Amino acid sequence: MPDFEPVLTANVDKEDAHRLTVYEAGGGYGTLRRVVGQMSPGDVVQQVQASQLRGRGGAGFPTGLKWSFLPKDHPGPIYLCVNADESEPGTFCNRVLMEADPHQVLEGIILSAYATRASTAYIYLRYEYPLSLQRLQAAIGEAREAGYLGKNILGTDYSLEVRIHRGAAAYVCGEETGLIESIEGRRAWPRIKPPFPAVEGLFRKPTVVNNVETLACVVHILDRGVAWFKSIGVPPEPDNPRDAGSFGPKMFGLSGHVNRPGCYEAPLGISCGELIDRFGEGVWKDRRAKAVVPGGLSTGLLSERELDTPMDFAGPIRAGCLGLGTGCAVVLDETYPILDFLHNSCRFFAHESCGQCTPCREGTAWALRLCQRIRAGRGRLVDLDLLAEIGDTIGVMPGTTICGLADGAAWPIKTALAKFRDELEESIRQTNPQGYARTEPVEALNTP
Amino acid sequence: MSTSTDNRSQVEAQSREVLGPKVVEFIEQCHADPEPAGKLIAVLHEVQAEFGYLAPDHLDAVAQLLRVPAAKVAGVASFYHFFRLTPRGRHMINLCLGTACYVKGADQIAHRLQDELGITFGETTPDGMFTLEGTRCLGTCGLAPVMMVDADVHAQVTPDQVPGILEQYLREDKPDRQ
Ligand SMILES: Cc1cc2nc3c(=O)[nH]c(=O)nc-3n(C[C@H](O)[C@H](O)[C@H](O)COP(=O)(O)O)c2cc1C
Ligand code: SF4
Ligand code: FES
Repeated sequence: MPDFEPVLTANVDKEDAHRLTVYEAGGGYGTLRRVVGQMSPGDVVQQVQASQLRGRGGAGFPTGLKWSFLPKDHPGPIYLCVNADESEPGTFCNRVLMEADPHQVLEGIILSAYATRASTAYIYLRYEYPLSLQRLQAAIGEAREAGYLGKNILGTDYSLEVRIHRGAAAYVCGEETGLIESIEGRRAWPRIKPPFPAVEGLFRKPTVVNNVETLACVVHILDRGVAWFKSIGVPPEPDNPRDAGSFGPKMFGLSGHVNRPGCYEAPLGISCGELIDRFGEGVWKDRRAKAVVPGGLSTGLLSERELDTPMDFAGPIRAGCLGLGTGCAVVLDETYPILDFLHNSCRFFAHESCGQCTPCREGTAWALRLCQRIRAGRGRLVDLDLLAEIGDTIGVMPGTTICGLADGAAWPIKTALAKFRDELEESIRQTNPQGYARTEPVEALNTP
Repeated sequence: MSTSTDNRSQVEAQSREVLGPKVVEFIEQCHADPEPAGKLIAVLHEVQAEFGYLAPDHLDAVAQLLRVPAAKVAGVASFYHFFRLTPRGRHMINLCLGTACYVKGADQIAHRLQDELGITFGETTPDGMFTLEGTRCLGTCGLAPVMMVDADVHAQVTPDQVPGILEQYLREDKPDRQ
C-alpha cells in the first residue's frame, strides 16, 4: 500500500484541528456546499449505495442499503442517531475523531441527515468522553454560526438540529435499539426486531443509526467519488454471494502488548500481522504474539498462526472469529494466560447483559462462574465442555436472544476453546491435579 | 374547610426543596423539550453532580417534577452503571478492567489498591476519602493500564505507583468535606 493517502485522519495531527477555521482551510465543508441544494437526497443515497460503504460500528451492514429502507414520502420527522457510544472493549478510534476533528464528524452527520431527510440528529455520546462532548458542542456552535447547521442551511430550505445525548455507562447502549431506548430516557433494553428502526425507531418514527466513522466516510465518498473509494480495500469474494466487499479506508486501533499502541488509518484488508509490525512496531519486550483480538472483545481470538488474516469484513470470519468488529486489535503476548483473558471477558459480558433474555443472562453468568471456579483451582476438564456448550447456544445466531450482545459473549469462549483448548486443559490439570469435583458452593456473581 | 384531596402543589414544593434550585431550573427547561421524558438521564446526571449520588428522596422528587412514573426513574437509576445509589467518598477511583488494561496488568493494580485502601470494589474507606470502583474500557486503551481518580487519568500505572498516587490526593485535601 505505498500510495495510500489517509483521509479520515488527515487533520488529526494539525494544530487546533478542532477549530472551524482550520477545518475550512483544509477544504472542510466544501463537500457540504457542493451537495446540499445541488444534489437531491436520493442521489446522495445512490452514491453511498454505489460506493458499497459498510458500517464501521461492528456489524458491517451496507450503509446505503440501510438508508434505502426508510419509507419514501414519509411526512416526518425522520431521525438520524449517531452511535458515539464506542463501548466495545479495546476500541477508541471514534474518540480520536470526535476530539481531534469534530467538524469532519459534523459534516458527515449533516450530509447523511440531508440524504435521509432527517430533521434532527441525535449524537449518542458515551459518558466517559467529556472532551469529545466539549469539542462537539463547540463545533456545533461554530457550524451553526457559519450557516452549516440550523435553519435553512446555506440558504437552502433544508434545516437540521443536532443534539447530544450523554449515556450513563452501559455497554448495551451501543446496540442500535438499546441506544434508541436510552435516548427516549429509558433503560437501554434492546427491542425485538422487526420492526426495524428504519420503519419504527426513535419516538416511533423512522430512524437511521450509524457509527461516527461511517458518517465521516460519507464526506470523503461525496468529495472524492465512488471510484476513488472503491479503489481502496478488497472486492467481494467471488464465490461468496454473502460478502458485500470491504472498500475504503478504515481506522484501526492497536493496544495490549505492542510497542506503539495507537489509532492508525489503513486500507481495509491490511493483514493483522502487518498492522502490528508496521504501525505497532511489533510485540513488546521482543516477545511473540500468542493471540490477537482482531476487532474488539466480541470478535474472539486469532492465534499466532492466523496473523496473516486480512483485516477486512470477511477475513476474521474465515479465521473463525465473529468478524472485523470495530477493527481495534488487542495483542496478547506469548506469556499471557488465555484463562485470564477468558475470565476477564466473561466477567465483562456477565456484568453488561441487560437480562431480558434468559440464555444471555444465565449463560454469561454461568460462564463467569465456571471461569472463577477454574481460576480458584477447582476446575474439571468437563467444565470446558460446559463452556463450549454455553458458547454454542447463546446468541442471535442460534436464535435464542434479542440482541447481539450474547453473540459477542460467545465468540471469546468459542475461539478460546477451539484454538487454545490444550492450554486451558493444562491450566486445569496444574491447578487441580486430582481433577475431581469438589462441590463447594461457588462464589455469587460479583461486580465488577 | 376545603374538601379537596389534591395535594399536588404541596408535593411539588417538597420536591423542589429536596432537589434545590439548580436542578429544579434544569428540570423546568426540560419541559420545553418536545420529549421531556427523554431528558430523564440528563436530569439524573444533574442530580448526581449536585449531590454525589441519587438518594431515594431525589428519585421521588425527580419523578414528581419531571412527571415520569417513580418506578421508571428507579429503573433507569439502577440500570446505568454510572449512577450511584449510595453516598461516595471524597475521591472516586475508577480502575479500568477492560481487555487492553487487563492484559497489561490491571489485576495486579486491583490487588495493590485493595491492599493499600483496605477495602474492596464498590466500597468506601471508613474515613470517607476514597471510593473504589472497577469500570469497563474507558476508550484510552493506548495508555493501558489506566486508572482514573476523579477526572484525572493516570496512564501506564504500575502497582508500585499506587501508594504515591493515593498520597497525592490525601495531601491535596484539607478536611473541608461537602
Ligand atoms: C451489544 C452491542 C454493542 C454495540 N456497541 C456499539 C458501539 O458502541 N458503537 C457502534 O457504533 N456500534 C455498536 N454496535 C453496533 C450497532 O448495533 C449498529 O450496528 C451500528 O451502530 C450501526 O452503525 P453502522 O452501520 O454505521 O456501523 C453494537 C452492537 C451490539 C449488539
Ligand atoms: S441478548 Fe443479552 S443484552 Fe441483548 S437483549 Fe438479550 S439479555 Fe439483553
Ligand atoms: S481497556 Fe482500559 S481503556 Fe480500554
